[in-house]
Amino acid sequence: MLFHRDLEENQHICPSCDHHLRIGPNQRFAALFDEGRHTRIELPDVLVDPLKFRDQKRYTDRLRDSRAKTGEDEAVVVAHGTVDGQSAVIAVQNFAFMGGSMGLAAGEALIAAARLAVLQEAALIVFAAAGGARMQEGILSLMQMPRTTIAVELVREARLPYIVVLTDPTTGGVTASYAMLGDVSIAEPGALVGFAGPRVIEETIREQLPDGFQRAEFLLAHGMIDMVVHRHELRAKLSQILDLLMNTHRPAVATPRKEPVEDATAS
Amino acid sequence: MSTFLDFEKPVAELEGKIKELRHSADGGDVNISDELGKLEAKVDQVLKQIYGKLSPWQKIQVARHPDRPHFSNYIETLFEDFVELCGDRAHGNDTALVGGIARFRGRSVFVIGHEKGSGTDGRVRHNFGMAHPEGYRKTTRLMNLANHYNLPVLTFVDTPGAYPGVEAEERGQSEAIARSIEASLRLEVPFVASIVGEGGSGGAVALATADRVLMLEHAVYSVISPEGCASILWRSAARAQDAADALKLTAEDLLALKVIDQVVDEPLGAAHRHPTTAIRALGDEIERTLLQLISEQSGSRRLRRREKFLAMGRA
Repeated sequence: MLFHRDLEENQHICPSCDHHLRIGPNQRFAALFDEGRHTRIELPDVLVDPLKFRDQKRYTDRLRDSRAKTGEDEAVVVAHGTVDGQSAVIAVQNFAFMGGSMGLAAGEALIAAARLAVLQEAALIVFAAAGGARMQEGILSLMQMPRTTIAVELVREARLPYIVVLTDPTTGGVTASYAMLGDVSIAEPGALVGFAGPRVIEETIREQLPDGFQRAEFLLAHGMIDMVVHRHELRAKLSQILDLLMNTHRPAVATPRKEPVEDATAS
Repeated sequence: MSTFLDFEKPVAELEGKIKELRHSADGGDVNISDELGKLEAKVDQVLKQIYGKLSPWQKIQVARHPDRPHFSNYIETLFEDFVELCGDRAHGNDTALVGGIARFRGRSVFVIGHEKGSGTDGRVRHNFGMAHPEGYRKTTRLMNLANHYNLPVLTFVDTPGAYPGVEAEERGQSEAIARSIEASLRLEVPFVASIVGEGGSGGAVALATADRVLMLEHAVYSVISPEGCASILWRSAARAQDAADALKLTAEDLLALKVIDQVVDEPLGAAHRHPTTAIRALGDEIERTLLQLISEQSGSRRLRRREKFLAMGRA
């Protein structure tokens, strides 16, 4: 028996098998910002349904359903605050919102997050999770690949840390742009990360894929990411990385060297 | 042997008649020129009718036509002194993405393009124009060289998409594409991209984050193939025609959305009927665009390109 409260206390990690469940922006912000304190930023309005797209369902209906389900306006949510005392802007891609898909809104959110990070001289931390580009916005969703890459460039030019945490699942145009451009790339254990989805690859090569293919540990073994970090350790690890990259001056705790320099020359 | 598409059937029939007529008159002194002229005029008229109102799905068939000019044809017709540069300096040399230095209308340029290959062997050799990570890494390398030597970059986009395979994933397909986009955005030299056939998703945008994007009249450019889109959203690949309509992937649609800068007309009956004419016409527009970009002197080209993409899709 698994109780919701236990899961929540354990940051949505299964206490028996350690499986990291998918979580949304609220849980991320609560777990990462100091005392959970943060300010969400208002994101720019974008063209609604620019292609008047309709498959079996209207795109506008899908949007409405996702809004009702998640209580969020769109797939990417941005907040700022401090992580262990260091300023950070955190953008979280919400897989529960139309598979986290990247359309105009997600693109604008990441650009806004980057601009805020530059303005506040803060780090930008992006939690990626998406099936890919939002097909219902057609070519305009594809154009979010260069647009979000520009967002990364803005942060990089300001010499601020850009850290990506790849969460389950991240594929398609999202990995082929900002999600694989982190100065430091972290993945959560077991997260599926790739360009093509496993089903597409199986259909192409007509073979079953090996166990663990495209999982976080596979990416680490192939040199595609820097580390796999357990959700419980994530905040401490992010803090440590930001601290080192920003070369934050901290009072020395190590014991000073025993012999002063002049003693060495005198002898 | 020419390949006729389904909707080109009336043309195939007329051309069959023309062939027959020529054959029967061969050696004889029957005057067939009147009849021949009539039939040829009819072919033009039918082509005009068909090609004047192609559906998006039909455009996809045209864009994928096996006789449509490929990158190697553009190289032969438009460039002199092409020196191919190979390899990503890490793993291998991709054959679906070809690039090098060449002279374009008297000017040194870097030229990079997807090569789909011709004939069964050729298509296999070039992996049907679907590049592996080393192709995108080669692209990044060539773009950096172009910047270093202050030479323009010209690209030709024609790919179903980046290759979805085990090794491609192992070697970081997504990172390779992302770096190619990043390298494109860092160029300080003029960059003109031409979508000449299929502009398939991330594998296409990796070569199309350009100052100006030109597109042939019957080329397509899309976030996903209509077949892929249909199998996800309609749960049936058989609905690809509906997906093709919904995705707005024709040159005309993309111009209206301001994602591309110019549509370049194709000869009557599309580029596969008159490859050289089509290639030269595109060459003229590339030259005109390039000269225009070169004449823009003030400020950073990189920042202007950035502003162009940032403005895209904004209300």
